[in-house]
Amino acid sequence: MYDFLTITALNAHYGDFQALYDLNLSIAPSEVVAIIGANGAGKSTLMRSISGLMRNDATAIRWKGRDIGHLRADQVAGLGIALVPEGRQLFPSLSVEENLRIGGQTGRRGPWSLARVYQLFPILHERRRQPSTSLSGGQQQMVAIGRALMANPELIMFDEISLGLAPVVIRQIYDALPGIVGEGMAAMIVEQDITKALSVSTRAYCLQEGRVSLEGGSNDISREDISRAYFGV
Amino acid sequence: MDWINVLIQGILLGGLYALFAAGLSLIFGVMRLVNIAHGDLMVGAAYLGLTTCATLGVTPLVSLLLVVPAMAGIGYALQRVVLNRVMGEDILPPLLVTFGLSVILQNTLLLGYSADPQKLSTKVLDTASVAVGPFNLGWLPVLTFAVAVALIWALQWMFYRTALGRAFRATSDNQDIAQLMGLNRAHVFGLAMALALAVTAVAGIFLGMRTAFDPSVGGTRLIFGFEAVIIGGLGNLWGTLAGGILLGVAQAVGSKIDPGWQVLAGHVVFLAILAVRPKGFFPRIEA
Amino acid sequence: MSDMTKHAALRPMRPAGLSVSRASRASTITMVLCVVIVLGLVAAPWWAGRADLRLMGEMFLYLSLAVLWNLLAGYAGLVSVGQQAFVGFGGYMLFALTMLWGVPPLAAIALSGVIGAVVAMPVAALIFRLRGAYFAIGTWVVAEVFRLVAAQIGALGGGSGTSLSPQIVKALADGRAAREALTFWLALTLAVGVIAAVFWLLRSRHGLALTAIRDNELASKSLGIDIWRTKFLTYVVVGGLTTLTGSLIFLQKIRISPEAAFSANDWTAFVIFIVVIGGIGTLEGPILGTLIFFALRETLADLGTIYLIILGVLAIAIMVRAPRGLWGLVSEKTGVDLFPLSRRVRGLDR
Repeated sequence: MYDFLTITALNAHYGDFQALYDLNLSIAPSEVVAIIGANGAGKSTLMRSISGLMRNDATAIRWKGRDIGHLRADQVAGLGIALVPEGRQLFPSLSVEENLRIGGQTGRRGPWSLARVYQLFPILHERRRQPSTSLSGGQQQMVAIGRALMANPELIMFDEISLGLAPVVIRQIYDALPGIVGEGMAAMIVEQDITKALSVSTRAYCLQEGRVSLEGGSNDISREDISRAYFGV
Repeated sequence: MDWINVLIQGILLGGLYALFAAGLSLIFGVMRLVNIAHGDLMVGAAYLGLTTCATLGVTPLVSLLLVVPAMAGIGYALQRVVLNRVMGEDILPPLLVTFGLSVILQNTLLLGYSADPQKLSTKVLDTASVAVGPFNLGWLPVLTFAVAVALIWALQWMFYRTALGRAFRATSDNQDIAQLMGLNRAHVFGLAMALALAVTAVAGIFLGMRTAFDPSVGGTRLIFGFEAVIIGGLGNLWGTLAGGILLGVAQAVGSKIDPGWQVLAGHVVFLAILAVRPKGFFPRIEA
Repeated sequence: MSDMTKHAALRPMRPAGLSVSRASRASTITMVLCVVIVLGLVAAPWWAGRADLRLMGEMFLYLSLAVLWNLLAGYAGLVSVGQQAFVGFGGYMLFALTMLWGVPPLAAIALSGVIGAVVAMPVAALIFRLRGAYFAIGTWVVAEVFRLVAAQIGALGGGSGTSLSPQIVKALADGRAAREALTFWLALTLAVGVIAAVFWLLRSRHGLALTAIRDNELASKSLGIDIWRTKFLTYVVVGGLTTLTGSLIFLQKIRISPEAAFSANDWTAFVIFIVVIGGIGTLEGPILGTLIFFALRETLADLGTIYLIILGVLAIAIMVRAPRGLWGLVSEKTGVDLFPLSRRVRGLDR
């Protein structure tokens, strides 16, 4: 067990419906972990739980030796965990630059600044004064990633970043990934595209009906293992 | 000439109504809350000014230095302790809670100050006027109008140019994602209410300087502010000023025809505008 | 148990011994009790004193207002803070019809209800343009307009108001006791009628549509429910019946003035407190609320303004702690449902 992010026996519910069952998971510093699984397996619920959008038992989620399962999302953000939410979810009333600046709201220090984000995605600099809604899907995804980076997180979570984007744009965004996680930042990637997810990660978890059905090094997992873990056959 | 004078008086009166409306507009913009106790809070601020003037022997304008921060503090506490507990998808609970608040406030003021009408005396300002060509403009109405314009300009600047305004807009857009950015919704709402009541404090002091007031007048003042907001178009502060002016002019014209028609004329114009332009004259452009 | 319920609901053919019914044992007992209580109340003029009779009459009128406001806010989601518009309008219609146009009082009361519903139509068409909470303040503006217009009617005393002329009062019934009994019976009939009407309405297709809209406006739209029309009809019916109640209130008061007729405190604040304290969105709530409201008033009214402050604090506390009111607490604890509105599957416990 690492003393970075440790999840022990996490149970999550939506009303009467239980979405996660006694889930165990851990991430080490600067590790990239992929979370794969079919729709409704509990991937998004896991991210919502870690980020504090869903509140759980305090002890179910530990972050650098501290119980955080019960904290609100803004408190979790202040501790250095950022989420790039599914579907981008930019603020429509804010310009591109304002969307990025609000990511820096936590005031955490680190390598990421407005200038660095513009260096990573130069197109955003050109469009910085435009309303965020006027951008293309790929550019919006860049803003969403930049917004999360502005918080200088130690763990960044990506929820379905390639969903609804053109293949060329997806490649562009994945090409930028090493530049993002290269400096000791850990990452958790939820992705439908299994090949993509395994190629950028060091370890992978497969979820099925709210439980971990497979866990291992990204290079060691075989296709057969995955389909068994995916569909339970 | 008479009618032009009526028009000018109406426009200046509109400044006061824009002041009534600004706080209402602000909290609706940030958290979609309509505060039924808004008018009573305004009257409460006027009474707070009255007590401040009486105890410290200062003028009403100086009392703002104390009343504004006091109302802001009350606003923050009110939001965090009471209103945040009922905020959500259902608009009924917050509406009924502010309604209860309105009744509590009215009767508390009645208990503390009796039903006798009061006025914030400004000595010189009360009667001083300036002649502009053939028209005689009272200093107080002119000052009220200037303050309204300045306040709306300041709110507009805060909303679009500062980190606080950014936080307000982000929270209004999407509360969950704003929370992910490290913005505590409960705190942001508290700040919005604090700011709204600070504006309300200014409105209350000017209300008290312009007209006599008693604990029961809050309701009609809320309605005037509300009419200005709807006429101008939801979520547009300059539109609110325009709405206030239109309402002020309608009332001035009504009272010129028959003194008993002042308020009625304003309501009728409001309902007529609602009939022909339900979104007001300057609605916010939806993204 | 919950699994079994699900199964029973899903299966097209009901297994033997199971049936879907709205009635429960509690509701059947309630119905019988209601009939007994109503019969006892009808006889009240023979067993109750004058003051008690008057108080009960007032309670029935408030009960009607509360049940109607609850239908509007608790079921149709139309939170009005301007129902005094219709109460006052009803009062003024009674006075105008009887004093200015010589209509007999009882006919005037019935007529006022019809006119109230007609007037509610353009009002609804106009203020339905305001969404959610702004609708509430819109209703208030309408009430203010009604009040200001009433103050301009010189024939009915303008701003200072007028009294019902003695010959009209005498035309109602012979002697004071008979008149007081008659106004009491009218109030009782109205309260029972309003509760029955709302009960029937909520059990009808219209009521199902209302419940669907309240639970999920978007989904009900996709089910083909015309939301605007459903809300419009509700508003108009409530407007008419509130006007009727208003004319009865001022028949009892005999004096009218714009301030009293369109009082936001008397006809809206109190009514909202009754419903919120009793339980909004339940049929039992307004009844319980009316009993509590009058019990508090009879014991605390001497406190004057403090009484109102206590009511306000109580209402806020209930909204924050128990949004379904005291009846909500009772039915949550006991599972009792006096008025059978929701359907339940029976026979599972066998």
